[in-house]
Amino acid sequence: MANNRGKKYDAIVIGAGHNGLTNAAFLAKAGLDVLVLEKNEYIGGATVSRELHEGWKYSNCSYVCSLFRPEIYQALDLGRHGLEVIPLQGSTTFMQNGDYFGSYHQPTVRRREIARHSKRDADAAIRFDADLMKWCRLIRGFLLRTPPNPASLKPRDAWEFAYLVKQFYGLSESQIYEFIRFFTMSIAEYLEEYFESDVILAHFSGGSIIGTGLGVYSPGTAYVLLHHAMGDVDGNIGSWGFSRGGMGAIAKSIAASFSSFGGEIRTAAEVRQIRVAGRRAVGVVLVSGEEIDASVVVSNLDAKRTFLGVMDPKDLPEDLLHRAENFKIRGSSGKVNIALDGLPNMTALPQGSPLTRGHMHFTDTLERLERGYDDWKDNRWSADPYVDALIPSQFDPTLAPPGKHMMSVFVQYCPYDVEGGWSDEKRDAFGATVIDQIAQYSPDFKSMILHTEVRTPLELENEVGLTEGNIFQGELTLDQLMFNRPFPGYAQYRGPVKNMYLCSSSTHPGGGVMGAPGANSAREILKDLRRLNTVPADFGDD
Amino acid sequence: MVEKDHFRQVLQHSPFHDRIEEHNLIKNWMSWNGYQTARVLDTLSAEYFAIRSGCSVMDLTPMEKYRITGPDSLAFLNRLVARDLSKLKPNRVTYVVWCNDDGKVLDDGTIFHLGDAGYRLCSQHHQLDWLLISSQGFDVEIAEETHEVAALAVQGPTSCAVLRAAGIDGLDQLKPFGIQYTQLLGFEVMVSRTGYTGDLGYEVWTEPRHAVDLWDAIFATKHRGLYDVRVIGLDALEMVRIEAGFIMPGDDFITAETAVRADHDRSPFELGVGWTVNLDKPYFTGKGALIKEKSSAIKRRLVKLVVEGNKPPVDSFLYDAMKGKRIGTIKSQTWSPILKANLAMADIDYINGKAPREIWAEIYYQKELTWHATWARTTVSEKPFWSHPRKSATPPGPY
Ligand SMILES: Cc1cc2nc3c(=O)[nH]c(=O)nc-3n(C[C@H](O)[C@H](O)[C@H](O)COP(=O)(O)OP(=O)(O)OC[C@H]3O[C@@H](n4cnc5c(N)ncnc54)[C@H](O)[C@@H]3O)c2cc1C
Repeated sequence: MANNRGKKYDAIVIGAGHNGLTNAAFLAKAGLDVLVLEKNEYIGGATVSRELHEGWKYSNCSYVCSLFRPEIYQALDLGRHGLEVIPLQGSTTFMQNGDYFGSYHQPTVRRREIARHSKRDADAAIRFDADLMKWCRLIRGFLLRTPPNPASLKPRDAWEFAYLVKQFYGLSESQIYEFIRFFTMSIAEYLEEYFESDVILAHFSGGSIIGTGLGVYSPGTAYVLLHHAMGDVDGNIGSWGFSRGGMGAIAKSIAASFSSFGGEIRTAAEVRQIRVAGRRAVGVVLVSGEEIDASVVVSNLDAKRTFLGVMDPKDLPEDLLHRAENFKIRGSSGKVNIALDGLPNMTALPQGSPLTRGHMHFTDTLERLERGYDDWKDNRWSADPYVDALIPSQFDPTLAPPGKHMMSVFVQYCPYDVEGGWSDEKRDAFGATVIDQIAQYSPDFKSMILHTEVRTPLELENEVGLTEGNIFQGELTLDQLMFNRPFPGYAQYRGPVKNMYLCSSSTHPGGGVMGAPGANSAREILKDLRRLNTVPADFGDD
Repeated sequence: MVEKDHFRQVLQHSPFHDRIEEHNLIKNWMSWNGYQTARVLDTLSAEYFAIRSGCSVMDLTPMEKYRITGPDSLAFLNRLVARDLSKLKPNRVTYVVWCNDDGKVLDDGTIFHLGDAGYRLCSQHHQLDWLLISSQGFDVEIAEETHEVAALAVQGPTSCAVLRAAGIDGLDQLKPFGIQYTQLLGFEVMVSRTGYTGDLGYEVWTEPRHAVDLWDAIFATKHRGLYDVRVIGLDALEMVRIEAGFIMPGDDFITAETAVRADHDRSPFELGVGWTVNLDKPYFTGKGALIKEKSSAIKRRLVKLVVEGNKPPVDSFLYDAMKGKRIGTIKSQTWSPILKANLAMADIDYINGKAPREIWAEIYYQKELTWHATWARTTVSEKPFWSHPRKSATPPGPY
């Protein structure tokens, strides 16, 4: 342990999640002396890859990359620090009747495949893609900006408001009404305005329930689709990619960039509390009892954990405590990571199909998706779960030995408060439900399993510190987005006491491996410190 | 029926594919509507002159085709498109555009009145979803039939003579935009005097199983030493369609359905095809918006421009004076070998409802990898750049 007694840092960032690291890197790039404190023995938070079975590397939480801002990638020189994001290829929904729908990566083939299920839907997809792109363009303009504070009269907020209005009025009047509808609709209703085929409706709605405590028929889920479509890989909006070496490579490359600016990271250093004196943050105290001083303290923890965990309630205004207690952060997702002895045969796919290289889903109707949600509301995991399975070892040789494979399975829904409480047996039973779902479409799948890591929301909470295991550090609903994230009045990354800031996914623009909360927060900190801004503006119109 | 393993062959083959492949000496293929289509087969200038001075053949199968049948077919189509179809007689064809409720163009195409067999709508882009949305309340059947109909465009001054020599009778009296049925080697072909070249020309339609026989009959006239007949690719077609002044949705303007940015879609008036809009006919989609638009000065136009000099105005910005104010851009352009001029389609801002008095293009061109910039004066052409009396002569001459 470094002896820091007496030393005062310019800034301490609590948590080495990718947003904490991004924040720290921009502060260090501006010349600040920055220390990152991480409770785990490894960095990355939910952007992590670990070897839990010899020779296999799992991306234990997040598993695909699209939202990460290319402006940050460029500004922190992440390519030279070891990051490679490779576009992945398509997605499939396997059907109970033995057929499947493949959303191929090749556009001509994709169109013909939609037409195989419905000629009309193939044409409707053109309208759908263009409409979704309108909302993507609008929202992308806000990702690297601090939301305005509607309650403030500061000129800067007025400017931001003007920007917002201008972006909005770049739309035609009818588009504005459409946008408001879009934000408040359920994904099922939204998609039914375009498509008729059951499997296509089910396929395109999957991205709308990932990570939420909402079902396909719940209002607000249409926006979640956008949250999954607004990213890009090399300008291809809506595309997803794999980070070579697993998602952990993203955190590692940011950490390497941070170190190149002289930053310092301490792992196994859990913070117990942010120290406040005279309504100013002055440093932290670790669980070990060690005190470290800093001029600025930034929290990478979710809003609940920040305000109700590492802050003394006496330092907080009453309304903030109340808001933090009521912050919607429900766990609804699980993860199963599997080491495989070979490539499982998906019986429905013709030999040589490229679809094994993309996402695989096994829920072919909206009704089945909604029933899966019903289970969650009853504090059970879905008996017929929605899964997003991927085998990235097909083109990333760093994840498994040659000829062997690693499968990452994201699962919706899995409750935090399971009936009667979680136990090891229940966790394994949850894992078995997921494996059975896949095995129905792949007879040799089970016999290839060498090792599994099963994670319920409880494991996610315990390991990553995500309250209730919510993957986005708070629901992505309109009442918790933009200037409402995490709470009205606190959306500009500044905490309730001076010199204290937030930089996590609980802040705008929200969850996902995006880096934007960390970067936006760094911009605000540097502004307050009157230091040179190192955070890039967005690339603009796209 | 599409097979599950259709991913193995990305671009589909038309029934003429094997024949075209024999002629495609440089294997320069591209996708047209998901079909493997030749861009150039041998040399572009030879293909261009086949259209303008001989006989050219092009595979039209990839063109999007729909069949509309049922008692309300006419009422439905008349509600869909801006043109008045009530006077379209059986065995006649007409050019149409159709709009969304905002009066912005979704696509253009041709409607064939097939008599008892209903109507055929040919379009540039996929329209099934829009046709079905628009058909609510009408007693009609709408079927996409792109792959069920094989078609060849046979165009050029000797096209009538070639088809006659190939065994297709009765073309003498077929007027422009007319349709006629005839037997060839025991199977039925439909011939329409239509095309995208602005020249004398025909489109010949048959069932896919007779496609190769139709092809062989046409090329037999060449093998017998009677006429030169040449397969052409999409690049040559692009040259002649600009000469003929035809607009290309997706290239000259963004179709309303695919426009993402506000104000990027276009009305028929803005595209210069206001002549196909009939505001006196009963309600059609977009009519209200178009009436409103007509009552105020037009803001912009897609215009046909002749650009002085010989430097290609590719993607050029346009200005109201040399180094003046920017007023628009070139959307598509070609060098016209027959007019020895640069021709272009350009989207420009109008001032008080009129084209700017002067329009200048700023052109970047390179010689031996060294780039130069130059300015060229342009003039608006209200008529097609090129037209020939043989296009509409009935009966057509031998060449
Ligand atoms: C199962 C799962 C799957 C996901 N899949 C994807 C995906 O495929 N693509 C995508 O883009 N996003 C995905 N996400 C979301 C994404 O991973 C998260 O939103 C994002 O990684 C959060 O980053 P963060 O830096 O804001 O916070 P976190 O990653 O939560 O980082 C917080 C850090 O703080 C540390 N910490 C907590 N308490 C303390 C303390 N007291 N002292 C010191 N350190 C502490 C934690 O250990 C952690 O390292 C997924 C998330 C999960 C959980």
